[in-house]
Amino acid sequence: MSHVLEVQNLRISFPSGQSRVYPVDGVSFWLNRGETLALVGESGCGKSLTSLALLQLVPAPGRIEPGSAIQLGDMDVLALRGEALRQIRGRRIGMIFQDPMTSLNPVFTVGDQIVEGIHAHFKISRTAARDRALHLLQEVGIPDPVERLKAYPHQLSGGMRQRVMIAIALAAEPEILVADEPTTALDVTVQAQILEVLDRLRASRGMAVLLITHDLGIVAGRADRVAVMYAGQIIEEAPTEQLFAQPSHPYTQGLFASVPRISGPLRRLTPIRGTVPAPSAWPSGCRFRPRCPQAFDKSEQEPPMLPIGPDHVMRCWLADTPRIVAADERTR
Amino acid sequence: MTPALTALQEAWRKPQGRAGAALLLVVVVSAVVGPWFLPDPLAQPDILAGSRPPGLGHPFGTDQLSRDILARVVAGARVSLSVALLAVGLSATIGAAVGLISGYLGGLVDAGLMRLVDGALAIPRLFILLLVLAVWERVPLLALVILIGATGWFATSRLVRGEVLRLREETYVRAAEALGAARRHIILRHLLPNTLGPLLVAATLGVGDVILLEAGLSFLGLGVQPPTPSWGSMVLDSREVLVSAPWAGIFPGLAIVITVLSANLFGDALRDAVDPRSA
Amino acid sequence: MNAPADQSSGLLSVRDLKKYYQAGGLFGRAAPPVRAVDGVSFEVGRGETLALVGESGCGKSSVGRTILRLQEPTSGSAMFEGVDIFSLDRAALRALRRRMQIIFQDPYSSLNPRMRVGAAVAEGIEIHRLAPRKEIPARVGALLREVGLDPEYARRFPHEFSGGQRQRIGIARALAVEPAFIVCDEPVSALDVSVQAQVLNLLSDLQQQRGLSYLFIAHDLAVVRQIAHRIAVMYLGRIVEEGATDQLLSNPRHPYTVALLSAVPEPEPGGGRTRIVLSGDLPSPSNPPSGCPFHTRCFHPLKNERCRTDVPLLRPVAGTLAACHYAETTPQPAEAGAA
Repeated sequence: MSHVLEVQNLRISFPSGQSRVYPVDGVSFWLNRGETLALVGESGCGKSLTSLALLQLVPAPGRIEPGSAIQLGDMDVLALRGEALRQIRGRRIGMIFQDPMTSLNPVFTVGDQIVEGIHAHFKISRTAARDRALHLLQEVGIPDPVERLKAYPHQLSGGMRQRVMIAIALAAEPEILVADEPTTALDVTVQAQILEVLDRLRASRGMAVLLITHDLGIVAGRADRVAVMYAGQIIEEAPTEQLFAQPSHPYTQGLFASVPRISGPLRRLTPIRGTVPAPSAWPSGCRFRPRCPQAFDKSEQEPPMLPIGPDHVMRCWLADTPRIVAADERTR
Repeated sequence: MTPALTALQEAWRKPQGRAGAALLLVVVVSAVVGPWFLPDPLAQPDILAGSRPPGLGHPFGTDQLSRDILARVVAGARVSLSVALLAVGLSATIGAAVGLISGYLGGLVDAGLMRLVDGALAIPRLFILLLVLAVWERVPLLALVILIGATGWFATSRLVRGEVLRLREETYVRAAEALGAARRHIILRHLLPNTLGPLLVAATLGVGDVILLEAGLSFLGLGVQPPTPSWGSMVLDSREVLVSAPWAGIFPGLAIVITVLSANLFGDALRDAVDPRSA
Repeated sequence: MNAPADQSSGLLSVRDLKKYYQAGGLFGRAAPPVRAVDGVSFEVGRGETLALVGESGCGKSSVGRTILRLQEPTSGSAMFEGVDIFSLDRAALRALRRRMQIIFQDPYSSLNPRMRVGAAVAEGIEIHRLAPRKEIPARVGALLREVGLDPEYARRFPHEFSGGQRQRIGIARALAVEPAFIVCDEPVSALDVSVQAQVLNLLSDLQQQRGLSYLFIAHDLAVVRQIAHRIAVMYLGRIVEEGATDQLLSNPRHPYTVALLSAVPEPEPGGGRTRIVLSGDLPSPSNPPSGCPFHTRCFHPLKNERCRTDVPLLRPVAGTLAACHYAETTPQPAEAGAA
């Protein structure tokens, strides 16, 4: 299976006073056709910036550092400019954002915005575009699509708006869909609806999906693989089942221990002590060291990604130290 | 680092802010210490000699009554700046008070006050001032300041009211209400400090307006009365000798332009510094 | 986890609370009012936490604000320690504010950006003159320590702190007046997962140490499970189910509760339970359905005409109170033909 997207050593810097900081500091991952990779992390870990980099949408004064590589099939995304770049935006990589309220233009109808998305990449007649828009609305499960085409964003609920966003993103028929916290602003029952739509579309179109979220719950059962980010780096990556069965990096374990559960024995949550560091103050050595309950002398050196199982890697020295306590003992 | 200091610092960082602030500083400093080093602006040492062009001893020249123009420009700066600061201070205070009360209390109070403001805004300020000053001969300086201040608060009150309408929905205002704070406490402790930003900007820009206004009134003979020097009256006096002694009109004119320009530049930079960070 | 509560002494008693908002009315055309809260009744005992759970638009936040009289109710009553909240005059209301406090959802807007943290925490103390001026810094320091912050932070401004720390400051501010009851309006919804856990633990500990009662407003059932003794589920301005936490979560009787529960994403390998995906959209609160408010989206096999005409009242069913005509036979997710 060749990778439909491959990111190598992505680094993004921002100016800070006289020097620069690196909120994304050496991120590498890949996506296969038709699979979902979840990029999980809390605020400040750099996951959103990473997704923006894929389309060269990193806001100024941030910049992508040389040495970073983003390959789309056989195309080097970072070398693209102007028209060539515009061609891939939407058409090969589509993006949906967190807040459907502000991502849609309030003064244009839903139909207009979808058609705009279509016309950006396909030279077809207005009627043909309108038909396609109708079809898209049906695909994302919006009832009364004919009526909805003429509706304005404010006339729709949050869930409907997010479906419209998905429809617009799909209008250009991308191979890859980047969904940046697509359900965070939505209620839990609506969340379920939207995730179901995304699943269905992914299956029917063979799209690859990069799902960015802080919610471990929506990852379970929806993503094929998970990469956990902390302080600008990926610190653990594994197929979903593996990660949930055996979270190995102390940060991942800490996350699982601090998530409230709806079922199972009720116990006091054990939060990770301390707070997330700012990019200007990344700790030296292992960045999780100050908060890690298992930190030891080797933690003072920055660990590389080390394997701990088939397809399972983590950025932690404990990987080659036989000190790992079995994950079940830790989180149950 | 208080929010106020950070705003000032940011305004200083922009080139136009720095230029404006620097120029203003020059004007203010010369107004304050200048008179000690300069000849008496009222002295007419050598009337028969008439106006002299700029040269040694008189960097800006002398006017037709042989008064040193530099001294008069600097003295005029004192007058114009004081009038501007006091009048703007008065406008800002009244405008803020009305805007805060109107905005927070709402209801009939708000409706009443705003109708008053609407009516007042319908009448041109200059018109009112001209009317009053034409009748009141030789108006004392303090009265002039009060007149200008009292006619300049209407727009500010609308501005402050707008801010208050937005602010009073802020969660921290809810929190203060939940703590049992009285209305006065909320207005003074929570609303006023958060309107200071736009208020300060309006005031700084207002300084430019008032200087122009005062200069204009003085030019018409209605503002600052002789023998107190004022830029506007200096320009008025220079009309008769504009061809033979243009420096008598150029320098006061330049002073007006530079001061108003720098106030506006600094005000703009301040607005940029305050706006994006207004909570 | 949840300390046993003394439910014998009702601290707060709310009866048939209604809050309608007058919508539009532009150009004189009267629009139907938005029925944010449409007849809500509940009790909270000393030292206990009642969670008010529901999705956006269900009216839970309005309930919280109305019982504190941050908004005036349309009708209904609320008694706190035997005092009728809605009939108090300004002075008495101010006294009440010492006993009932609130913590807000958004840590970024709940603190005045131009006020130092110490001043914010001390505000309540000053308003109610609870301590002489000299003692205030010490009190503030103690409060900050109680919420897990360094007393030195009193000199700083809110923007220097993270969301979690700001929430703690907000909690300290509420505690400063020594309340008996705190409305927690989605206090952890805007926080990251690990920070959420810290704040939840803090709230729990404070409840034990100070004997506080909470009305905990949230949309996340998993969060609520950690801290609530009882849960009331709201839909379109009404309570549709109410009961003890364990009971309600293990054996929900109202179809909406069942759907809500099944939609909660669970971080378990394999994705957890099957989810019930509700069809349709939330009806508009200014035009609620006739009869049972949930009938337009209800999946109960026994749903019929009666649901469209008769409004079901909360009645005891298998250990909880549920407002459903057929609550005895509500299907659970495995049986309900999940998506």
